[in-house]
Amino acid sequence: MFSQPFMQHAFLAGTAVALAAGLVGYFLVLRAQVFTADALSHVAFTGALAALAAGLDARIGLFAITILVALGMGTLGRRGRPDDVVIGGVFAWILGLGVFFLTLYTTTRSGSGNGSASVTVLFGSIFGLSSSRAMVTAAIALVICAVIVAIARPLLFASLDENVAAARGVPVRLLGFGFLVLVAGTAAESTQVVGALLILGLLAAPAGAATRMTTRPLRALGLSAAIAVGSVWIGLAASYLIPKMPPSFAILAVATLTYLATMGAGQLRRRHYDGIAEPNRTSPQPPRVPALTSSATIDEGR
Amino acid sequence: MTAGFSWNLLADFQDMWSYLGMVNAFRAGTIVAVLAALVGWFMVLRRQSFAGHTLAVAGFPGAAAAVLAGLGVAFGYFAFCILAALVIAALPQRGGRGYTEESAVIGTVQAFALAAGMLFIALYKGFLNGTNALLFGSFLGITTGQVATLALVGLAALIVLVVIGRPLLFASIDADTARAHGVPVRAVGAVFLVLLGATAAEVSQITGALLVFALLVLPPATAQLVTPRPARSLILSVVLALVTVWVSLFIAYYSPYPIGFWLATVAFGLYALTYAGTAIHARMGTRAPAPAPAGA
Repeated sequence: MFSQPFMQHAFLAGTAVALAAGLVGYFLVLRAQVFTADALSHVAFTGALAALAAGLDARIGLFAITILVALGMGTLGRRGRPDDVVIGGVFAWILGLGVFFLTLYTTTRSGSGNGSASVTVLFGSIFGLSSSRAMVTAAIALVICAVIVAIARPLLFASLDENVAAARGVPVRLLGFGFLVLVAGTAAESTQVVGALLILGLLAAPAGAATRMTTRPLRALGLSAAIAVGSVWIGLAASYLIPKMPPSFAILAVATLTYLATMGAGQLRRRHYDGIAEPNRTSPQPPRVPALTSSATIDEGR
Repeated sequence: MTAGFSWNLLADFQDMWSYLGMVNAFRAGTIVAVLAALVGWFMVLRRQSFAGHTLAVAGFPGAAAAVLAGLGVAFGYFAFCILAALVIAALPQRGGRGYTEESAVIGTVQAFALAAGMLFIALYKGFLNGTNALLFGSFLGITTGQVATLALVGLAALIVLVVIGRPLLFASIDADTARAHGVPVRAVGAVFLVLLGATAAEVSQITGALLVFALLVLPPATAQLVTPRPARSLILSVVLALVTVWVSLFIAYYSPYPIGFWLATVAFGLYALTYAGTAIHARMGTRAPAPAPAGA
């Protein structure tokens, strides 16, 4: 399997991107910002198609537009945390623009293989990476990982208790923006690997599974990255063995199954403890109303 | 499309409505707009946009699977959207963690649904152009039978919404108090999710799975910016959605770009204008509070 160059590239880029997605994803889940990541991944789609329609390299559009929109959404929200309705609105329109660029691209630049451009951007083409591209992807992903690890402590503090962190002099707002840029970078990165639509799975599922398995933040962070990397490896191997299965599907299927398994295990453990004592349900953070203090809101999940 | 656009709007409409497909598109669009505006209003109020988006996206594998199995596309949309609604309603556990867990579950459901859709498409070869239609919508070729299905399901959904409307509003605004007053908050929430799923399935058939949001979020959000009173802003939301759909259908008929783009652009334009308007209004000092997105 590893004698094939395309498999080597896929593993190289896939591992790095999964590592970044696992780390960023854990904070996303902790900060209840998964929806933001969802919106940004769709922005990546528009960015890539806009660049294609303008005749530029898709990657320039990807990174530039995704990061710009992330910063814009941050300014609309409180303390660099975009609000639910703002995200939804921006997101609907950006997707509409993406469709516009797609039509523009397919009608004006008629050439070979244009019809599949959107499918490639949406669902990724990990087996189609060239060696230089895989190297660049891996390098950028590793930079994202390094930054996340560097700001992990203050970011964790700011995510768990924003007000106390702000009072202790942690630059909460700046961290919020910085984190949004990292999310945007990860979304743009992974668009090439699993596609704009599916990156959400790599961000949410490993992190969700990790928070189920342990309540200790640093351990969960590592676990989340490990699950993401494991999903990519198993997924790639599976789709190599079963050629009919698209690699993006295989990767996401593994990640989703892992999450389901942790849920089932948690359920069993709870049932087991129920006879003995109150189950230990301490969460890694106090339940917190996300950024919605101004208006009447429900928070059924509490 | 024979005659081009002329400034004689009456003649334009006459020309447009001489095609059965276009008449059906207007009928379907109207049904979908009313339903989306009403259900979407509650969705925005409950801050469940993310769930709404996920349910909409779940329609995509549904449609792809239906095509693969040789069933009707509409059937696939409804089956998968409602199934996804049940999954989301069932999975998050009550307990200490709550909110963060929920967003992880929704995200995973969404990504997995899309991945499954991709698998179905990969299995069904030669479906490539259909993919874009499923994701981004098309208003051509809507049959009278489809309109009838849309109307029936829409009517059923509206009846359910009317029945649970009051407790739903109560539970959405203050869940704890509602629970204390004996409102079955969790059950009402679950019914609402199923309703949202059915709505998303209806809207997907016009706008495509990815652009459901344009109708589901933007008109209600605009209406809630304008007035905090439930009845008024519900009506306003319906009016806005209808205007959006009609204008977009009109433009899309004369332009080469897909309907989804126009829907999103018109709806977002209305939202942005309203946002700017209320911001100016608030700055002039006539009303005290800043235009924070109206909660209730």
